[in-house]
Amino acid sequence: MRQSNTYIIIFSIITTIILGGLLSLTSVGLAERQQIQVELDTKKSILRAVMDIQKGDDVLGIYGDRIESLVVDHQGTRVENDSEGVPLIAENVSIEKNFKLDPEERLYPVFQFKGDNGEIDAYILPIYGNGLWDVIWGYLALDKDLNTIKGVVFDHRGETPGLGARISEKDIQSRFVEKQLYDQAGQLISVSMLKGEGNPPESLGVHSVDGLAGATITARGVNNMIKDYLSYYENYLKKISS
Amino acid sequence: MSTETLEQPIVKKEKSEGLMSKRRRKFISDPLNDDNPITVQVLGICSALAITLKMEPTMVMSIAVLFVIVFSNLIISVFRNLIPNRVRIIVQLAIIATLVTLVNEVLKAYYYDMYKVLSVYVGLIITNCIIMGRLEAFAMGNKAWDSILDGFGSGFGYAWIILAVAFFRELFGFGSLFGFEVFEAIGISNFPNNGLMVTPIGAFMILGIIIWIQRTKTGYVEH
Repeated sequence: MRQSNTYIIIFSIITTIILGGLLSLTSVGLAERQQIQVELDTKKSILRAVMDIQKGDDVLGIYGDRIESLVVDHQGTRVENDSEGVPLIAENVSIEKNFKLDPEERLYPVFQFKGDNGEIDAYILPIYGNGLWDVIWGYLALDKDLNTIKGVVFDHRGETPGLGARISEKDIQSRFVEKQLYDQAGQLISVSMLKGEGNPPESLGVHSVDGLAGATITARGVNNMIKDYLSYYENYLKKISS
Repeated sequence: MSTETLEQPIVKKEKSEGLMSKRRRKFISDPLNDDNPITVQVLGICSALAITLKMEPTMVMSIAVLFVIVFSNLIISVFRNLIPNRVRIIVQLAIIATLVTLVNEVLKAYYYDMYKVLSVYVGLIITNCIIMGRLEAFAMGNKAWDSILDGFGSGFGYAWIILAVAFFRELFGFGSLFGFEVFEAIGISNFPNNGLMVTPIGAFMILGIIIWIQRTKTGYVEH
């Protein structure tokens, strides 16, 4: 059966309108729910830097009790409002968008983790950088001495499964715990993954962790990301330590 | 697309037949074994390799594919006499793409952890040759109920293969099933995880073994 061009055009237009309408309705209808999910996911990874989160934990409850967030600029001064005067919410500051700006112009969220007694127990800083194939990001939790790492979480968009993608695994991340960032003179050394895996534990100092076999570039990305962001936060960290 | 997908439209029968007549049962049973989309028609290999690392995402993927294939089959079949022949492929594609986007949005709203793992591959369902193949070869020429059954058949045919592959990959690659540490539970705590299973090569090998066993049993030979 051969239809006229008019029929085909009308049929296509109607199909497009129906399918397009259906998609827009779903998108609008689910937008709020998706927003909540994205927020929950962010808060979950922030908390993961300092504690274990199990399935079924009340993430929002714990987050509300334990985390106090603020936004600082490159000088380490607290920023309350954005350029339009709207109060800033640290959780909504997109690290990805800020990453495209000059370091001096970026906004830097800080998440303070309070212990059981209400005192600040750890400072959780977002980190962001480039892996091998795509961007990698994470959260770095500093102990209240601002030198010892309390925990890290990393995530990635497209690192090689089984190689670079392992940075999102817990046992890799736990290698960073208790490592130190500054030397005795107070100079930033940061902490870096070594090349190759299975380095003897005694050869690892307080500034290095065992590397990832077959993922040297991803590991280098992790090292750069930690070091860069620590230098961006340096002014703020100096301020709160004095 | 291999030629096996091109089927003759089934001739209309005079008398009304039962909803699950013998002919209709074959729509479901054939793709499970003799005419399996993955192992016999060798379609949808790409996703079968990519998402079969663990059981849980594979399960979600199976359900997503099943949903898309059943509903796109149904929609195309209902409108088959209205769809202009010259633009039928793009109409099929538009319907598949809409359904896939729906699945993706729902996953993002209600199952965010799975969305993070699967979202790329759920998007790729659009190009899954099994679905396009069924629409073009079956739904365009058959009634709605037959098309639904055919959708279920092909969907389950796809699902059981990728679940089987995922079963072995998760078991030997991670020592777990659905995240449950199997080997630790039965007392083998030092089970060495097989790194090969974690890579797509492992999926290829398991798939090859399944095809081998199946073809030995059914006697199917490629022409």
